[in-house]
Amino acid sequence: MIEQFLVVMVTLVCAPLVGGLLFGIDRKITARMQGRFGPPVIQPFYDFFKLLGKEHIAVSKLQFVWIYGYLVFMIVSLLFLFMKSDFLLLVFLLGFASVSLVLGGFSTKSPYAHFGANRELMQILAYEPILLLLAIGIYAQNGSFLISEIFKQEKPLLFTLWPLFLAVLYVLTIKMRKSPFDIATSHHGHQEIVKGVTTEYSGPYFALFHLAEWYEIILLLGIIALFWTNPLWVGILIALAAFILELFIDNIAARMTVGWMVRLSWSVGLILGILNIAYIYYTKGVS
Amino acid sequence: MGLIQKSRVKSPWILHFDNSSCNGCDIEVLACLTPLYDVERFGMVNMGNPKHADILLITGPVNRRTARVLKNLYDQVPDPKVVVCVGTCGSTGGVFHNCYNVLGGVDKVIPVDVYVPGCSVRPEAIIDGVVMALQKLASMR
Repeated sequence: MIEQFLVVMVTLVCAPLVGGLLFGIDRKITARMQGRFGPPVIQPFYDFFKLLGKEHIAVSKLQFVWIYGYLVFMIVSLLFLFMKSDFLLLVFLLGFASVSLVLGGFSTKSPYAHFGANRELMQILAYEPILLLLAIGIYAQNGSFLISEIFKQEKPLLFTLWPLFLAVLYVLTIKMRKSPFDIATSHHGHQEIVKGVTTEYSGPYFALFHLAEWYEIILLLGIIALFWTNPLWVGILIALAAFILELFIDNIAARMTVGWMVRLSWSVGLILGILNIAYIYYTKGVS
Repeated sequence: MGLIQKSRVKSPWILHFDNSSCNGCDIEVLACLTPLYDVERFGMVNMGNPKHADILLITGPVNRRTARVLKNLYDQVPDPKVVVCVGTCGSTGGVFHNCYNVLGGVDKVIPVDVYVPGCSVRPEAIIDGVVMALQKLASMR
């Protein structure tokens, strides 16, 4: 009981610290790749505290409820990961979190927020099936959806589930909302949809969005680390390598359209996942 | 200086608005983002959204069309905010000052905190103007 409480507290405190640092490293590395010097590594924390000190302008009171929903569901799904609980439920909670963000976009009257929310929905459509297939793949391999069961296995998941690993890398690119899938929040395409789904959030509530994003990046890297849990540090190294790979992809890729994203994730990602699961059941036999 | 005040100085997000400038100053504003000047090392980011901005960077003389747009943008930026007026035209109206459609400088419509004169302004001068605006931002509340 005490141990679980400790895990919860450490997750709540350390995850945003590490996540914020990762975003700072992201900005630094991106700047270095573009031949610039770049902001200090702790820049995301400066941004966060500055936003906390700003006035909040309410466009619609409902959007505040949804941004809290996004944050809380994200934290709960991260807790599911760190408490080694059910992976399938984690995927559903992550879905709830993203849907909260979408509803936050729809609760305002701004056309830019609506565009962003529509595109966020398409992103959910693109990555959610892959994560569900990953859950099924884990079940096919271990006979259980529990993350604690993954930790008990001697053989890392990566050996048998490597096609799904490639698909999950694709999910990471979509979820980090970076090029080529810089679609819903539009980090760089301001002329197109301003700031997409986050357009109407200002001040402290925009800070909450950043906080949720920090939890989210830890959650996604954690899911990637699950592919090699024995020993865990290999998995963490794989996750960090995946993060750096995403930065490279962000800097070498142009922004793509929504349709391109969904087509690619459904054609390549889903086929990789389904073939992977089919192969596992083919070799093990359906029991 | 508290944590929030310090962060405010370290992370100024800029909204760049072009009234009816000849685009000379706008090119210089964008030049600040290039690797040579790289204002992001001070945490400055060019935001497309007034609701996320701290500093309004305005170029060009105000005309009758852009006056209400400018007023609207100013109202949408959450407090605390500062306004930096870039270029001679933005400061006084410049060569356009007695055109029939031009109201004059930006200060005819919204309160301006820092004037950066020049035609067109050099990127160093813009960065200097923004740093002066940051000192004002730090002293707010």
